[in-house]
Amino acid sequence: MTDLAGLSSVLGAWYDFRDLNNLQRLITEWIADWGPDWLASIITGVLGALGILGVIGPTLLILIWVERKVIARFQQRYGPNRVGPKGLLQPVADAVKLILKEQLAPRAADKLIFFLPPVLIFIPGVLIWGVLPFGPRMSVADLNVGVLFLLAVSGTAVLVIFMAGWSSNNKYALFGAMRAVAMSISYEVPMVLALLTLVVFSGTMSINGIVQWQQQEDVIFILLFPLSAIAFFFAASAELNRTPADISEAESEIVAGYHTEYSGMRFGLFYAVELGNTLVVSAFIATFFLGGWWLWGLDQWVPSWIILLAKTGAVYFLLIWTRGTLPRLRVDQLMGFCWKALVPATLLFVVVAFVERTLLISEGWDTTVALPIMAVFNIALSLGAVMLFARVARPAPLRRPARIRMAGSDIGGLRAAREVAARREAPQLQVGGD
Amino acid sequence: MTMSDDTRLAMQGTIEALTAGDGSEPVVVNLGPQHPSTHGVFRLKVTLDGEIVQDAEMRIGYLHRSMEKLAEERSYTQNIPFTDRIDYLAAMSNNLAYCLAAEELLGVEVPPRAQAIRVMFAELQRVASHAMANGTFINDCGAWHTPLFHMFRDRERVLDMFEMTCGARLTTNYMRIGGVAFDLPDELLPTLEQFLADMPENIANYEALLLENEILHARARGVGVISPEMAINSSLSGPVLRGTGVPWDLRKANPYCGYESYEFDVPVGEQGDCFDRFLVRMAEVKESLRILRQVVDTLPDGPYLADVPLHARPEPGESYARVESPRGELGFYLVSDGGPAPYRFHCRPPSLINLSALKEMSIGGTLADAIVTLGSIDIVVGEIDR
Repeated sequence: MTDLAGLSSVLGAWYDFRDLNNLQRLITEWIADWGPDWLASIITGVLGALGILGVIGPTLLILIWVERKVIARFQQRYGPNRVGPKGLLQPVADAVKLILKEQLAPRAADKLIFFLPPVLIFIPGVLIWGVLPFGPRMSVADLNVGVLFLLAVSGTAVLVIFMAGWSSNNKYALFGAMRAVAMSISYEVPMVLALLTLVVFSGTMSINGIVQWQQQEDVIFILLFPLSAIAFFFAASAELNRTPADISEAESEIVAGYHTEYSGMRFGLFYAVELGNTLVVSAFIATFFLGGWWLWGLDQWVPSWIILLAKTGAVYFLLIWTRGTLPRLRVDQLMGFCWKALVPATLLFVVVAFVERTLLISEGWDTTVALPIMAVFNIALSLGAVMLFARVARPAPLRRPARIRMAGSDIGGLRAAREVAARREAPQLQVGGD
Repeated sequence: MTMSDDTRLAMQGTIEALTAGDGSEPVVVNLGPQHPSTHGVFRLKVTLDGEIVQDAEMRIGYLHRSMEKLAEERSYTQNIPFTDRIDYLAAMSNNLAYCLAAEELLGVEVPPRAQAIRVMFAELQRVASHAMANGTFINDCGAWHTPLFHMFRDRERVLDMFEMTCGARLTTNYMRIGGVAFDLPDELLPTLEQFLADMPENIANYEALLLENEILHARARGVGVISPEMAINSSLSGPVLRGTGVPWDLRKANPYCGYESYEFDVPVGEQGDCFDRFLVRMAEVKESLRILRQVVDTLPDGPYLADVPLHARPEPGESYARVESPRGELGFYLVSDGGPAPYRFHCRPPSLINLSALKEMSIGGTLADAIVTLGSIDIVVGEIDR
């Protein structure tokens, strides 16, 4: 019997461990015993913030290593493997190097505005974590307008980026900043619309509410609104400056974009925030479209934040994968893709969500029957929209196939070129085209 | 805080620009000499209206090493290592072109085995150089090094073969006047066989990854277009010319080293855009592998080097020999005054002449297009500046 009691106490501990909110509750109750209420709320808030900062820092170091290792595997290399076991300490070594490096500033830079951005960029980068629900009651601030907060906070980063690019007094930096501003303004529209779809359909602006809606209806949003999910994914990767949309720091064009002139740890801060944003955006994609901390009942047994981290890791891997595979789009192509493809597609699904929501609420359709039908309909509609876009919006040069012909015995100048081009037989190679 | 003069001037300029006319003026941006996309120390000065290129000016000479003048002080044999360093990504082709010119001047007959070995290494060099060219081209399109590293794998194997044959990987110094420096080592042919066996699968992988990639199409199709007439008038050569559809290849038009006895084809494009250049290079690698297969199968026995005095003194006269290097027509012009060193040593670098069309190709496109175009021309700055 003692064994069983021991087991149940272990299980009980595990049960507490499952939801870190229990820990917070313990602290709150302990303070409430001897102190005023406001002290308890301040201390738990500070603890939450510290907890998040304590999670981000080490996670970033590991993430740098993971990203470099995974990219290296895509590229048939080993990646970092010298510092520490399996190269795990490489990011630490890099950070030490960056801290020791001299912090240069261009002579003609606007000094104050030049010094501020590396610090300021941290603010939205950290604030945004506050509304991420790690579990049913595990978020620093479970705002009832969490979606609005998320969009508002993520929108401020672009101001800091523009400060960095403008104050550097460097043309590459200015180009990068201008591109970042233009892109951020454009891509926020499909991002907002994609989230609006969820808000309309689930009827709540609370991020935890959206997760709980998915839990309640036993469905994840990527099945219901796949095109919105893809649009959000693409818009987010554009906001994060990752290939195929890394135009604001396109290495082969404008060196490093807005942070060209930043050296040492100032660059390190930009880099860290960018990686942190990648992580948090993966987490929000997982939250909004993949069910967040919920996974068909598994969250009863596994700590919800581990489920969220697993889903985040999957999305993050997808981001690394696209980065390792795809070339970069041009500025005008990115803008065109946003306004001609993503905005209409997401707008379409806002309307669809509105209609379907009306059917569910006003007409009182049974969700267990209606939701699968709606999912199938929406997936079909998404495929149709993508195919329509591919047919209609393709730029003119892409409509003709690229052909390679073999010259054979026709060697020479223009006359031979005409003869080769006039050949009837099929070309050696033909790619692209409608 | 007092304003520095630079800041004041910059602000003044900004205010003037904002108050004049439509409030905008073109921006001059220097790409290079230190820039990730210039493939060396090369400076491209572009005048931009927003993102649109209005004017492009090429500034060269940062890598000038005075090769042509230095060569006038050295004997014909001593000049061979210089040619390695002219186009350091195609050292074998440069060796070959120079040796052909010197042989013409000296009237040397090259033994058949040496001819076949020269073809073998020139084609291996083409495979390696095109791997580099296509890989960096995709990089310029913004890919994050993945295709480049995959293609470097093949290049690495070619360089290994160079190393086992002549001891050097990049600056090979392998060809000699009258043949090649060393006979093939025993382990070369099995390595080459394995390479030829593996390459088709690798190429199929690259094609699967790249050819139908919509983003690559969007970036490279209709970009950096040049017409066949303009290409001929600018005296372009190599894949840049063949991408416009002109079937001009010196291996067919003016065969050397017995290229006429091998069966291969000349791939040509249609549009003359960056994507066609890329496709032509992909197709040329396959043709090179075809040639290599035939060379291995028909490799003759015999001496690998003709009997040529080390410090030969040719009769007064001149000679010009040209080969199809991976970048285009590579020619060497030698003038002898009867002395032990050439009186004049001149190289016709395909990179320089192909680069001259960059302005034509990039005006009217965006900044990003100009960089993709530069990548598709496949320049080697060592060859441009010499």
